[in-house]
Amino acid sequence: MATVIVVTSGKGGVGKTTTSASFATGLAQRGYRTVVIDFDVGLRNLDLIMGCERRVVYDFVNIINGEANLNQALIRDKRVENLHILPASQTRDKEALTKEGVERVLNDLRQSFEYIVCDSPAGIERGALMALYFADEALVVTNPEVSSVRDSDRILGILASRSRRAEQGDPPVKEHLVLARYAPERADRGDMLSVEDVLEILGIPLLGVIPESQTVLQSSNSGVPVILEDGSDAGVAYGDLVDRFLGKNLPHRFITPQKKGFLKRLFGGG
Amino acid sequence: MGLFENFFRSSANKSAALAKERLQIIVAHERGSRRGSPDYLPALKKELLEVVRKYVPVDQSQIKVHLDREGGYEVLELNITLPDDEPRSVRNQEGLTGSSRG
Repeated sequence: MATVIVVTSGKGGVGKTTTSASFATGLAQRGYRTVVIDFDVGLRNLDLIMGCERRVVYDFVNIINGEANLNQALIRDKRVENLHILPASQTRDKEALTKEGVERVLNDLRQSFEYIVCDSPAGIERGALMALYFADEALVVTNPEVSSVRDSDRILGILASRSRRAEQGDPPVKEHLVLARYAPERADRGDMLSVEDVLEILGIPLLGVIPESQTVLQSSNSGVPVILEDGSDAGVAYGDLVDRFLGKNLPHRFITPQKKGFLKRLFGGG
Repeated sequence: MGLFENFFRSSANKSAALAKERLQIIVAHERGSRRGSPDYLPALKKELLEVVRKYVPVDQSQIKVHLDREGGYEVLELNITLPDDEPRSVRNQEGLTGSSRG
């Protein structure tokens, strides 16, 4: 039985696509047949982050409209086995995503995949609503910043009222918090919301904390999901996140400041 | 950033505490107004429309249902616009005094 996971946030630019790419890659690395779908019709970017932008021929909307079949549109990842990408359409508008069409495609994908990761667009318009409607679980990506936390709370309300599970009275969508772009030093100084602050406000279980890291930009420059960047803090944090999602009980890393030497503290840096 | 500010962390600005306080207030407020629109509203709206349709032909879009909370009680507001050929408009306001949940 396939599990549908939406990666959502409400606010834009908090790391949904980065998280979708690394999360899906991590699941596939661990042997699960995984597909990641870009729901951002008109503004597709998952293909760039995954580094397969030049291999896009058909897209999600083509499949919904019956203009191509799944095998023609799915892009097989060249680095990780078991991983496929379904790109969004760049030319249509969000109205092209119909509930019936999305459901049909998801049902087809359920036949061949164990995890279906839906990369939601920002906002609460049709693309975002369709990305979360069929979800069994949700990764809510939040930055430690007021507008992001507020928008995440709004999205949690929508998950609880407008998902299929909510409408049909099934057990609710399982919610996970992904706190991204976290700077433990700043939280420690009291000028950034801490992990505890965000958890207290949103009240959902913490799946992972992704530290603010230069590697995220570097990996997007080269089209490599950051989880594949061995040794980078953000990559390691995403690895932990995937393991926790799959049931491992791992302590959270990167939530306390790294010890700095006396001179470094005196003269700044970091 | 001054050398001393950097060295003596305690002198740094504690804006995170303010952020947390503001968020707790706004999030509680917005959750409250979400709960103010209960699950049965769409069904209620549909059934009311069916009743009205027994007597007057009205369109789905011509009925508006609002639930507001004022002080200790809730106000259910129905607004039905009748078709133009009959220049009457029924405006029916009904106050429901429920148990104060807030």
